[in-house]
Parts: sequence; C-alpha cells; structure tokens
Amino acid sequence: MYRLQSLAARSLIAGALDQCSPLTLTSLTGVRHKSQGPSVEKYGQMRFITAEAKVAAERLNGKIREKTLTMETLNPQVKAVEYAVRGPIVIKAGEIERYLEEGGTKPFSEVIKANIGDAHAMGQQPITFLRQVVALCTFPELMDSPSFPEDVKWRARRILQGCGGHSLGSYSASPGVECIRKDIASYIEQRDEGVPADWENIYLTTGASDGIMTILRLLVSGKDSSRTGVMIPIPQYPLYSAAISEMDAVQVNYYLDEDNCWALDINELHRAYQAAKQRCQPRVICIINPGNPTGQVQSKKCIEEVLHFAYEENLFVMSDEVYQDNVYAPDCQFHSFKKVLYEMGPEYFNSVELASFHSTSKGYTGECGFRGGYMEVINMDPEVKAQLVKLLSVRLCPPLAGQAAMDVIVNPPQPDELSFKQFHQEKSSVLGALAEKAKLTEQILNAVPGIKCNPVQGAMYAFPQIFIPPKAVEEAKALGMQPDMLYCLRLLEETGICVVPGSGFGQKDGTYHFRMTILPSTEKLKVLLGKVRDFHISFLKEYSALE
Amino acid sequence: MTENGCEYRERVLTMDTMNPNVKRVEYAVRGPIVQRAVQIERELKMGIKKPFTEVIKANIGDCHAMGQKPITFFRQVLALCSYPDLLEDSKFPEDAKSRARRILQACGGGSLGAYSTSQGIEMVRQDVARYIERRDGGITCDPDNIYLSTGASDAIVTMLKLLVSGEGASRTGVMISIPQYPLYSAALAELGAVQISYYLDEDNCWSLDINELRRALQEAKKHCRPRALCIINPGNPTGQVQSRQCIEDVIRFAAEEHLFLMADEVYQDNVYADGCKFHSFKKVLFEMGMEYSQKVELASFHSTSKCYMGECGFRGGYMEVVNLDPEVKVQLTKLVSVRLCPPVPGQALLDVVVSPPQPDEPSYDTFMKERTDTLATLAEKASMTQEILNQVPGIKCNPVQGAMYTFPRIQLPPKAIQEAKEKGQAPDMFYCMKLLEEKGICLVPGSGFGQRDGTYHFRMTILPPKEKLKIVLAKIKEFHQHFVEQYS
Repeated sequence: MYRLQSLAARSLIAGALDQCSPLTLTSLTGVRHKSQGPSVEKYGQMRFITAEAKVAAERLNGKIREKTLTMETLNPQVKAVEYAVRGPIVIKAGEIERYLEEGGTKPFSEVIKANIGDAHAMGQQPITFLRQVVALCTFPELMDSPSFPEDVKWRARRILQGCGGHSLGSYSASPGVECIRKDIASYIEQRDEGVPADWENIYLTTGASDGIMTILRLLVSGKDSSRTGVMIPIPQYPLYSAAISEMDAVQVNYYLDEDNCWALDINELHRAYQAAKQRCQPRVICIINPGNPTGQVQSKKCIEEVLHFAYEENLFVMSDEVYQDNVYAPDCQFHSFKKVLYEMGPEYFNSVELASFHSTSKGYTGECGFRGGYMEVINMDPEVKAQLVKLLSVRLCPPLAGQAAMDVIVNPPQPDELSFKQFHQEKSSVLGALAEKAKLTEQILNAVPGIKCNPVQGAMYAFPQIFIPPKAVEEAKALGMQPDMLYCLRLLEETGICVVPGSGFGQKDGTYHFRMTILPSTEKLKVLLGKVRDFHISFLKEYSALE
Repeated sequence: MTENGCEYRERVLTMDTMNPNVKRVEYAVRGPIVQRAVQIERELKMGIKKPFTEVIKANIGDCHAMGQKPITFFRQVLALCSYPDLLEDSKFPEDAKSRARRILQACGGGSLGAYSTSQGIEMVRQDVARYIERRDGGITCDPDNIYLSTGASDAIVTMLKLLVSGEGASRTGVMISIPQYPLYSAALAELGAVQISYYLDEDNCWSLDINELRRALQEAKKHCRPRALCIINPGNPTGQVQSRQCIEDVIRFAAEEHLFLMADEVYQDNVYADGCKFHSFKKVLFEMGMEYSQKVELASFHSTSKCYMGECGFRGGYMEVVNLDPEVKVQLTKLVSVRLCPPVPGQALLDVVVSPPQPDEPSYDTFMKERTDTLATLAEKASMTQEILNQVPGIKCNPVQGAMYTFPRIQLPPKAIQEAKEKGQAPDMFYCMKLLEEKGICLVPGSGFGQRDGTYHFRMTILPPKEKLKIVLAKIKEFHQHFVEQYS
C-alpha cells in the first residue's frame, strides 16, 4: 500500500495522479492544515527557518550531511511491511475530515470510517458492568459508593487483590495477573464443555495482535529454502502479512473459496503447502475463524481437516478466534480449535502444537482501546515456553486495565447476580443488532448489479466482490495503483465513505473487493449502503461509457 | 518420549528450530532470580518454613507494588473516563471532570474503548508537545513529532527496529552504556544488531566519559557500522544525573560520528541530589545552535511508569523524534499502525500527567502535596540507601543522584567466586541467590546489566517504604558480613 506514495511521487511529475493528489501532496511535503490551533503559524515559520538554516549549515560544513536514518539505511523489512487497514486511504480520510472541520465543502458532510472494526467509534455503547469494574479498579475509593452493585465490587476487589500493592498501576507478572489467567482457564473449560485448560498455558497480551506477533517471532528461523514459511488465508487480516514481512519469513498463501462462502478448502491447503515446500520450510498455519475480512464461520468438519493436515505435515497451528462471540448465521456455530483437537483423540490432542488467540476488542464488548487479550498455548515444548516467558518479560507486562477488562469478559455476571439482567440485556442487544446488520448488509449489497457479497456468517465485516469495468482497471494501472484502490479512493472522495480495498487483504488475481465493517448503527448503515450502491452504479456507468 | 501415555512426534517448535535471536535475548530484571522469588513466595504460602516471612521484591522499579499510592487526581480522571456515568457524581472535583470530558471528546465515539490513531490521540500529542515546550523553556515542539507508546519500552524497540539493517561488517551497531537497562541488550539481541558497549565511570559517580565513547566506537567500527547511541539519563541502574556539559559533548560526538541519538529520559522527574538538574537532550541540542539542532537525529522517551506517578501498569509513554527523515517518519507511522494503537487508558493517563491541575483549580493543593511528598520521600530514601550501604565493609555505593535504584559494588571473596564458577553461575548471581534464599530479598545481580570484568554489583530499587527499606538494608548488611566471613 505504501508503495502508492512513492509511485505517486513519480507520477506526480507527469500530473497523472490529479484525482488523488490531496493524499499524495500532503504526505509528500508534510504540509499541515490550518485548523491545528494557534501554534500553526509558528510551525510554518519554523519550517521556513528550518529550510533556510539547513542550507546555511550545509554550506558552513562545505558538504551536505546525510541523515543517519534514511530510506536507504532503514531496516528493509520495515520497508516491506504493508498494513492496509490503516493505510493511505485512511490517512486520506483523516485529511478530508480535517478539511470538512475547517469549513471546506465536499459532496457529503461527514466521513464514515467503515475501514476498521472499531465498535465504540461507531457508536456501540460499552457494557456497563465491564466499565463499572474497571472504574472501581482504577479508583478504589468508589468501593464505598452505594451506586455500584456488589457483584461489581466483588470482582474489582478480586482483581485488585491479584495486583501488586492492590493497584492497577503496578506491573503484573509478564504472563499476566495470576487470578485472571485462572479465570480465563475456567472460561475456556466452560466454553469447550469440559476440555481441560491449564492456567499456566494462558498468557495475557496487549490485544491479540501482540500475541500473534510473539508466537510468530518464536517460529521464524532458518535461511533460504529452510526459512520458516507461514501459511495464511487469502484474503487475510493484514497483521499476518505485515508480521511476516517484518520478520522476513516466507508468506505461503492458501486461497479461501469465494464461491463456497469463503470456506477453507483442504485441497487448496495441500496445493499451497506442496508449492511452498520448494522455496521454504512451511512450519506454521494460521487460521482466522470466524473469518476476517471474509466473515465465514468454519464448520467442525473443516476444522478437523485442518488439524489433521497440520498433524500430518507437522505444522504449528495458530488460530485467531477473536470473533468467537460474533456468529450470526442461524446454521453456524463457533467451534474452538482446541475443543475439536481434543475430540479428535489423544493422539492429536497431545501432539499438535496450538496457539489460540482472543481479545477484548471484538465480541459484544468491542473494547479495542484497552488492548486486552490472551493466548492459550498447548503442547508447546517446555523449554520453548521458558523462552516465550523470557521474551514477554522484556516488555514487562500487558496493560493492567486491559487485563481487568479481559477478566470481566471471561467472568461475566451470573444469573443469580445483581448485574445479570442488565448485562444480559446489553449483550443480547449488541449481538442482536450485529446479526441484523450482517443480514442487511449482505442483502442490500447483493441487490446492486456488479456487487456480489457472501453471507456475513460471523465477525464484523462484509467483503463483497465488485466488478470493475476494464476501462477503470486500465486507468488505475496507468496511475500505478490497484483497481480497487482507485475504486475506494473515488468512493471516499465522492461519498465520504472509507472502506479498505481488497488488495490490502489479498484476493485472486483479476478479482476486486473491498472490506467494510457492519458496525455503523442500522440507520447509518442503511445510508452508507445506499451511497455505496449509488456510487457503484454511477462508477459502472461512467467507465462503461468509455468503452 | 511419551506424554500422557501417548507417543508423540518431534515438535515443530523446539530449542533447535526456534528463532535463534530469541535464544540470545536476556532480561535479568525478570530473570531466574525473580522466578525463584515467586516460587519461594508460593512455598511460604504453602506453609513451608523459611528464615523470613515475606519476600521483598526490590528487583524492579514497581512503585505501587511497593506501597506508593497513586496520585488521586490521575485516578479520578481515569475512573471518570472509564465510566462516564460518574460525571454526574458530585464527589468528583470539577477539574477532574473537565479533564475527563476533554479526553473523551477526543476519543472515537467518546469512549476509551475505541482505537485511537496509531500515533496516539491528537489532543494528547498536542498536550505532550506543550508540556515539552514548557519543560524546555519554550523550545518549539511539533505534536506531529510525538508518538504515544505502550510504555517507553515499546517506543525504544520500535526505533531500534527502524535502525537495524545491513549484513556482516555493515550490520547496524548500537552503542549502549554499561551498566545498562537490559531492555537495550535484549532488543538488540532480538533484532540481531551489534551491541557496542561503552563503560560508565564508576569512580566518577557513573558519569559518562567521552573518551570512552570514542574508544568504544573506534573498536566497533572494525566489525559493524555504528549508527545509534543510547543514553539513559538519569541513569538506570546507575542513578547518575548527566551534567549539561556532558550532554553537549555527547551531542557533539553524535554529530561528528553521524550517530542517531536515543535519549531514555523516563526518570526525568526523579532527581534528588543537590546540584544536579535534569537537562533534556532536546533542549541542550537546540541551545547548541542550528548547526546541531537542524541535523542531529534524536528520539527521546518518556513514560507514565516512573517519576512521582509510578503508574507502570497503564503502559503509557511517548517518544519525540527530532530531525527524522520525513520518508522514514511515514515508515514509522506505518510500522506503529500494525499494532493499531497504544492502550487508550495509558494515553489518557499520560494526558493528565502532562497537564496536571493548575494553581487556580480545586485539585491543585492535594495534587501538589501528593507529588511533593512522593518525591521528597524518594530523595530521602536515596540518601539513606547510599549512607547505610556505604557503612558496610566491602560494599561501595555511589550517590543515588536520580532514578530509582542503587547499584553498589560488592567485594566478593575469591572462594565465593570460585564456588560460583564451579556452579556455572556469575558470582553476583550466586550472591543474590543466597541473599534471596537466606533473607527473602530479591535483587538483580550486576551481571544482568553489565559491569567491568572482575567487578560485582547488584541493583536494588529504593522504592520500599522507609521502614521496610531500613529492614532491607539492615538485612543486606547482615547477609553481606556473614557471606564475607563464610567465604574468607
């Protein structure tokens, strides 16, 4: 994605990128907008003086001093990282937002950021119980306040007792607060209907991303054809490709079957694995279930097949299950990899190495900002586990407020507790609304000619395929950008809707998609989908007319 | 091999197949000695008799765990942000409420639960910039140069990640002080960079000697490409506060040698010694004139974990980058975006830390009292620690001018050194293990931070409450005398 900017830099000279120049111009020259408070002028002056002075200083030295850290000397793996979910299109959306705030005019009055699964930003309300517990943990003087129910106080007290000096301000042990790890283990046992979970296999993390990166870091080794290969679905959540680039591992793509509701096809796994073996050593397979960005929910049988495959080919399994509570389709159910592995018998359960990930950011709580999460690691070599603990310890500990939030999620109010009714009502209302929006999105998008959208069985996104006319594809190529990037940039410019081009997640050659979240409120989502429809139709018309 | 009666195949991930850089990582502050301390704690809980009743963990600068109380105002604001219904509660002062409202307004959907931009909430970055300007006597700070982080550690690792490149003799070398805070050596090991050690001058209050920097650099040039210089000021674990002159020398050195400067300034409010003052690298850099201020690349780091607030668990922090190549800055922003954002409660906390109550606000008096008390107590404990330790024959302790630790040198009898070597342990690890087993005091051996060959140290934090600290110091004294007797 970021290649766009350097490409843009080149094509600017030819004036080829006029349509998207706001993005490129600002990021290239660092020009600031005016609305940033009284100090703006100062920045302007500073910059001017800086430029002058630089030249003077350079003259003084009789040579031009190169910076120590430049694009040439930068860690090449950092350069290779791409992360579309917060890529150029989002940067541009931010700029348009500021432009509107300054009183600029656009054919729309607000930017709707449907690029990311950021529930609260989209108006979803926090779960009261969770926030009450966190507030009490933060300011324990409130323990005396009659306005907090006893079950809240009880939980807060318990968490604080697990914290050094009874304060959220102390470091926890690097794997997390012990009583929270224990609560997570019992939660998993309950979820998996009795499959044992050992709390010492649980590690709290800074959001799931942190856990995923850490496990990958352990796994990446070797050189050339023995370099670690990491199998990831395409389309994928770009954290995976970004981490693989950063660690210089080999990305091994397996394609999900779009014609079959984005299901995982075991034959495709075999194909990808065999093809990759020639250039690397595939050592790990990543699964996202429910799927991001694709929204499919994996069947139990399919999970069995994957685990069998991993067993046969000796792969470490990483299952990203952060959307485990986000299943909407009536005929779908979430099955954890751990449980399925257990049910496959001891031969599998005692040997397949599995790390599964969960987070506070999704589900019905949507607490992204707290950066809470955990991973459960099973069958990991005990010596490697010691290395994992050591690696985690360098970063000291995950944020305590996030750990507290995680604790509430795994230890919610029980039917006999005071807060149960409200909690239950809030939870069902969030999940009910999401299910409704999942359906609505699929229906409206499928009614648009040239858009084809699989059912959103779970997670928080639709990833529809869009038909882009050959003329538009041609134009995009001339601009040095992906056709769906052109599409999304135009959508943003014309409607204020920010979605992420499918090319940021990966897709079969010649197909184009975008990812949008279903999180906006039902009313807003309807407006948004209506705008997407109108835009798509006029886009088709515009470029078909050129044929 | 069998497990649960089942034969199993070779694992995918073993010590042999694991990322070799991970193997090389070492982090003594939470190393084997701390793991043993946790074990002993469990044993005590189980009723196993020990010559002590509790383990005192003086291994880490964990203020609240040592009984330091949070600053009320900060926690009020955070509680309000976490549960905005409390904005209606009359028990909260208005200034706390207005801060909370302002922070929430800057959050997506008015909630701490929304992701922030990856660089951090813009308003918080603006507040940080103004704070830096005030601190540095008006030198301009651009909020665009501020990156909020998950504690300072996160930002330090990120900056190092950008800097590491090349192969063989052109691999990036990073200069770090010895003794150092082991985050640096750990990050360098993980990134496969070359560590260049420069030794601080123990005989001179652990001050930084520019000739030593030169020596280290010249030697390193033979096998790597030195590209960055890390400074910890006030020093961790060594507690020295750098003089302004010394900072100037370092900056000049960095300019001449073309080094990227990384200034770890997380203890900037922890200066206790008379005659010592904190000078930020940024300020000194800008006072040295445009020849320097326009060209030396600098990243400086701060955190919510230390100073008077000691809010380690919130993982708040920021870095300011100066003279960073604009294209590289885009890359930095991209890199941090993969992790989405630093924890928002930590960002909120940082915001209050950089914009504390003002004299005309209702919370001002309480806030000032709490702040002053904490810092005064720390100063008192710093001088007490130094005094008591220096009375022990065989222990020599430099003044704790700043930060939160003492790093005394300990004389170990040759017999003890020999026994340690037979056990395959660093002699000071041997010493600290015995101290833990016999007295229940958990310290970190100097070998975990690096020290001159043949010298031995330990790091202990000065954070325990005064009464407890006295006991800790008395126990160390007793132990040391006994240890020396035993091995002489």
